[in-house]
Amino acid sequence: MSAAMRPRPFKANPWVRAGWIALAAYVIYAASRLEITWPRFVAGLGHGARFIGRMLPPHIAQPDSLLNGLAESLGIAILASCAGIAISLPVGLLAARNLMPAWATWPARLSIALCRSFHPVIVAILFVKAVGFGALAGILALALGSIGFIGKLFAEAIEEISLKQVEAVRATGAPFMNVITYGVLPQVFSRFVGLATYQLDSNLRNSTMVGIVGAGGIGGTLFAAFQRFDYAFVCAILLSIIGMIMAGEVLAGWVRGVFLERGKVEQE
Amino acid sequence: MSPAPRFDDARTWQRFTPAQRLARYAVYLALAAAIVASARTVEIVPEFLYDAPAQMHDLLARMWPIAFYHYRGGVHEALVETLHIASLGTILAALMALPLGLLAANNVTPSRPLNHVAKLLLVSSRSVNSLVWALLFVAVFGPGALAGTLAIAFRSIGFVGKLAGEALEEADRGPIEALQAAGAPPLSLLTKGYWPQVAPAFWSVALFRWDINVRESAVLGLVGAGGIGMALDTALNLFQWDRVAMVLLAIFVVVIVAEIAVTQIRKRLI
Repeated sequence: MSAAMRPRPFKANPWVRAGWIALAAYVIYAASRLEITWPRFVAGLGHGARFIGRMLPPHIAQPDSLLNGLAESLGIAILASCAGIAISLPVGLLAARNLMPAWATWPARLSIALCRSFHPVIVAILFVKAVGFGALAGILALALGSIGFIGKLFAEAIEEISLKQVEAVRATGAPFMNVITYGVLPQVFSRFVGLATYQLDSNLRNSTMVGIVGAGGIGGTLFAAFQRFDYAFVCAILLSIIGMIMAGEVLAGWVRGVFLERGKVEQE
Repeated sequence: MSPAPRFDDARTWQRFTPAQRLARYAVYLALAAAIVASARTVEIVPEFLYDAPAQMHDLLARMWPIAFYHYRGGVHEALVETLHIASLGTILAALMALPLGLLAANNVTPSRPLNHVAKLLLVSSRSVNSLVWALLFVAVFGPGALAGTLAIAFRSIGFVGKLAGEALEEADRGPIEALQAAGAPPLSLLTKGYWPQVAPAFWSVALFRWDINVRESAVLGLVGAGGIGMALDTALNLFQWDRVAMVLLAIFVVVIVAEIAVTQIRKRLI
């Protein structure tokens, strides 16, 4: 058989090829709709160089407002996580379809979906209107987001448990609350620790942002520095935020190590 | 579970070693201390809280009836722009994340220093919030969708790149060795050996990120980076709460539809 007759080892799939072409066409169409053009991009790069020049070296213009902002962000994150987790436990339990009747799961699932669908910053705007400027609005906004996130994943974790243990506890004649405490919760505890530490981490990130709409924390300081074009201070604030978040990540990993077995820690 | 220590002949079985229990109590104690300390630093004005139900009622009264006519007058355009920002940002992120993911995977790039550099880049992309990326890009490129798209893209690189790198590291050596034995050049190793193995994970991660990006791109307009957030910001600044309600409703519908779409596509794809 000549080389030309031999079939190609990897056959081209026309559908896959059409998909790639469609993707490329979409990119060109979307870029033109958003008026993203090459000259604008290149002009921006020049600005970018000047921008970075003004950011360096970082300079802490107001050490007091930086420290207070960081402390407030940390406080918002901790209180919001605790409140959110405390409320999301019963909500998640109610939303689990293998334990609860439909009349209980539907309202719980709807409230979880409502809490989840808005970005914390948007929720923070509404709470700023309701309870005024300050950390309280941020705490409420992040707590609501935590209810949505943990409630959903906690309900999913409960739906995946083995019902044999639940049945065993039930067979001893245990009342409903004991079935939950001894049959369900031990099975989802490790998932729960993972979710809680993740949520604390995520709230820490978002608590640095809600200040942009006046809901307390370092975000307000950051936004004010941007509006004053004080980019050296912006750089200092950003570096301290990143430092705080990374420290939080290390701490969360350590807490997971205390509560989970070695093998599970690797997976998380 | 660690082996239970034996205390006496009656064999009291314990689930945790004393060190484990001590560590757990330390965490509980630290948690309680952190809550008390935060409650002290965060200044909560109780008067505002008493006022909250009345304010909430006032807010809802102002939001009703929802200004549906406003949808034609700007919300639709902004919504489409938001979707374009999210999609284009995700595509851009996926393009930039692939090389970083390749560099971060030790079995593809057998060089520890290069792995660490790639991982550092991915971590720094993730630790900056998309709103901060948006603020930076608005300062560089001026207000508009370009800044929003780049913000979404730069925030997503870390996410997509990390998960793509992990998928690559889990790839099976067998097909790779078979290709190497056949004398395949490095590029063919990537496209015919690694890509078919990581493609499902990659598409699933990209879709998941797109879903997140639809939510995130809705707020970027608050700092001037285009999309429906701009419409929200304008309505908020003018205290037109009925229009705010319209924008929020539009965001809600789009987010829910995007989530359902992603779930359905993932079911078909995987």
